[in-house]
Amino acid sequence: METTASQIPILTLDDLETPPLSLGQLAWRRFKRHKPAIIGLVVLVLLVMYALGGTLFISEKYANFNDTSLRLQGPSAVHPFGTDSIGRDILARTIYGGQISLMIGLTAVIVETLLGILVGAIAGYYGGVVDSVLMRITEAMLNIPEIFLLIVMAKYFGGKIPEVDLLGRTFSGSVIVIVLIIGLTSWMYLARIVRAQFLSLKENEFVLAARATGTSNFEIIFRHILPNSIAPIVVSATLGVANAILSEAYISFLGLGVQPPTATWGNMLDGANNYLDTAPWLWFFPGILILLTVLSINFLGDGLRDALDPRSRTV
Amino acid sequence: MLSTLEAGRCESMGTLLDVKDLKTRFHTPEGTVYAVNGISFHVKEGETLAVVGESGCGKSVSMLSILQLILVPPGEIAGGQALYRGVDLLKKSESEMEAIRGQEVAMIFQDPMTSLNPVLSIGRQISETLRTHKGMDQKEANRRTIELLEMVGISDPAHRLGDYPHQFSGGMRQRVMIAIALACNPSLLIADEPTTALDVTIQAQIVELVTKIRDQVHMAVIWITHDLGVVAGIADRVMVMYAGFIVEEASVVELYENPCHPYTSALLGALPRVDRRRDHRLKSIPGAPPSLLVEPHGCPFSARCEVVIDRCKTDNPLLTPVGQDHHNIACWVDINTGAPR
Amino acid sequence: MNGSPPLVIVDNLTKHFPVTRGIIIQRKVGAVRAVDGISFTIDQGETLGLVGESGCGKTTAGRTLLGLYPATAGTVTIDGHNIRSAKGREMLLIRRIAQMIFQDPYASLNPRWTVHSIISEPLRVHHLFKTEAERVERVQELMGLVGLSGRLINRFPHEFSGGQRQRIGVARALASDPRFIVCDEPISALDVSIQAQVVNLLEDLQDRFGLTYLFIAHDLSMVRHICDRVAVMYLGLMAELADRNELYEHPLHPYTIALLSAVPVPDPRKDRARRRIILAGDVPSPINPPSGCRFHPRCPLADQQCSDEVPEWRLAAPSHWVACHKV
Repeated sequence: METTASQIPILTLDDLETPPLSLGQLAWRRFKRHKPAIIGLVVLVLLVMYALGGTLFISEKYANFNDTSLRLQGPSAVHPFGTDSIGRDILARTIYGGQISLMIGLTAVIVETLLGILVGAIAGYYGGVVDSVLMRITEAMLNIPEIFLLIVMAKYFGGKIPEVDLLGRTFSGSVIVIVLIIGLTSWMYLARIVRAQFLSLKENEFVLAARATGTSNFEIIFRHILPNSIAPIVVSATLGVANAILSEAYISFLGLGVQPPTATWGNMLDGANNYLDTAPWLWFFPGILILLTVLSINFLGDGLRDALDPRSRTV
Repeated sequence: MLSTLEAGRCESMGTLLDVKDLKTRFHTPEGTVYAVNGISFHVKEGETLAVVGESGCGKSVSMLSILQLILVPPGEIAGGQALYRGVDLLKKSESEMEAIRGQEVAMIFQDPMTSLNPVLSIGRQISETLRTHKGMDQKEANRRTIELLEMVGISDPAHRLGDYPHQFSGGMRQRVMIAIALACNPSLLIADEPTTALDVTIQAQIVELVTKIRDQVHMAVIWITHDLGVVAGIADRVMVMYAGFIVEEASVVELYENPCHPYTSALLGALPRVDRRRDHRLKSIPGAPPSLLVEPHGCPFSARCEVVIDRCKTDNPLLTPVGQDHHNIACWVDINTGAPR
Repeated sequence: MNGSPPLVIVDNLTKHFPVTRGIIIQRKVGAVRAVDGISFTIDQGETLGLVGESGCGKTTAGRTLLGLYPATAGTVTIDGHNIRSAKGREMLLIRRIAQMIFQDPYASLNPRWTVHSIISEPLRVHHLFKTEAERVERVQELMGLVGLSGRLINRFPHEFSGGQRQRIGVARALASDPRFIVCDEPISALDVSIQAQVVNLLEDLQDRFGLTYLFIAHDLSMVRHICDRVAVMYLGLMAELADRNELYEHPLHPYTIALLSAVPVPDPRKDRARRRIILAGDVPSPINPPSGCRFHPRCPLADQQCSDEVPEWRLAAPSHWVACHKV
């Protein structure tokens, strides 16, 4: 070098004037701007309060108590939502059914998400033959109509599991079967999303930097790539809750889902088709609750998508 | 080339575009972005004006504002005039602007791939422009398209009319964009970093092409760039922008040989030279440009300036002449002495 | 630059990316010959520049050299360790002494990690400090070295500007006390005034710690400024390698000559007086590179021999390597 700097100049240290802002705060700011998502969130909280808070006033026994002499009564002061075809109080059943429906939605999504992340992460990160095999299986599963899978599995496994006690309530064992079935038939989309994320993120320079420093594959997958894939996973899981509630409603409507006397919003619709005109309250109240839940979850998902989008890193 | 440099190619020509006190803002959820803060400049017929500055200095936004190409909202042209042959472009309706954009003022962008429609053939995209703006029939438009492609150096143009954008390389796509821009013989071409995405050998091809065509058809060019090297080769006059203000404007030779604004001088000092042995460390400018979210007060460069005086922090200097030859700077200080001017 | 052996020895380094087809069992139907047999050495404390246009394989060369992509053929020796055969502890040692700085200051830092987690990653991986307090101290020391206030240790990358992020990347590369750093276009995403900051920082750190750099770039002016020797790549192969002033003042390969003539000079009188060699056409595809000399379809001097025979990589003058039949 012709002229090397003889002494190292002292650098003036850069400081930032802006107050520290975590990623969570930034996401919350963006989320707040999304009005439908806020409405969705509020409605969802109200629904959960309805399903949980209702138990303080009405017992499960009351919800399952039937008196055929009171069957098919319209809404009244005693039975605000009316009674069903064997005389049970619909208001009480929507409360207890809501708990089950929401719980099925959440737990099925946990199963779905775990499976989807596992398959997607392995396929995306390792690539090659592993990827080919896993993705062909995923596609094969996707090619079978989900409702068909649901019916076959529900018919085959349903009703074989004894009742269980959990959180002070007694459930029909079919609840667990339904959760597993919904989880096992819905992970494919998530697996594909996660795989796509891993495929693009593993070529990202911060992953290369981690590899250049000797970080293990395990740490790269779980500490570098997965946290950066969280946005589409959260969005997909949120929408998955709505789908799981709907799936439960389908198969319960067909009589293959959660077995009575345990109520769900879905199996309350079972048989309601016989009374479409004569007793509309039979399908109206559980139907409107399912609709509200699914709609507000979808709004919430939209808001989360915008808020968590890693491309909108600005404030 | 040198002789044209000395004579000032465009001394006697009329003013084509005269921009006065242009202000552009963007209203975002985070606050108002003060992107362009009252800039005035002009372009003469057949002249090449280079607009130089770093990212976020407002160089592209100001040109897009003139053509009403910024999205309103969030954008807002908060004031000023853009007189094109004496008519204010900022007062034109959208349909009037469409006619002007195609025929009078053309624009090319950094990424030719996003400005070309990927599902239409090259020939169709050019001839369509000709048919809508010039009212040519298919046959005439095709003949002119081949002529244009030949002009921008695409070999065997008649056979490439049916090709799609993805069949061309980056440099070739930029040539096609130039052909589209030239289709209606514009009087002004605005080139927004047209060579930034290209390799140096391809950049040299494009610069040579634009220079050649400019001289052939006597077209004015506004060349927006951050690359002071390219500017030296192509411009007649240069305008340096910083944080939404013009800080210096001068003829190209004057600007490089006698930079008077501390920012221009520092930028030139930060450039290494391919044609010289290394003789010093690069001069670096400490800090970073100011946030555009704060309404500017004082000189925008004062926080990074080496010759800053108290007045810089409170009063923003206006563009005023130094010496002769239309050399203007916006600075309170004489950088040679460090004393107030 | 003295009698000691070179720190980095690259011999016939080759990287082909297979082009495959098939649903489960993938057949190889071709290869992108990104790097096709390049050889060079880098001395202790030296900066070697690797230049070329996009698609010439310079970035792939840098990544393969550090074993981030498995090499197809050839050997790389860094400080006596063969990177292709190293495993386990030896590999971890190489990872400690050889580091990398990346091009994109936005993509190269994990957006969900704090500055502390990012810079201390090498410290954790290599178990360099026992306690968290010691690591914090070291991270703050590193931040000071690159001109960032240690008070920002718990901030996230999105709160910093491009130049500051690039300095965080430099601090991470320095954390494990490396001897060799591959700088992969570390300044091309930055504004001019910020480029100078980063380049000066890299030079200061080199002086201070005796670092050895492989500086990959396409900006020939900056390469002349910062590098001791410069290598020019074209389509996966070396075209020319020489000391910087030798290369810029007496280029031998027609490609180097054209490349240098195309670089604009920030001086209007000089720039317009220069004779520019405008190369025709574009860089061909590395899947099907031209026969013989890969530059021959665009070369103004090419003849029959150039399209038939691959030119030998040879010394044309003292420490001036070139691959051309016409020299």
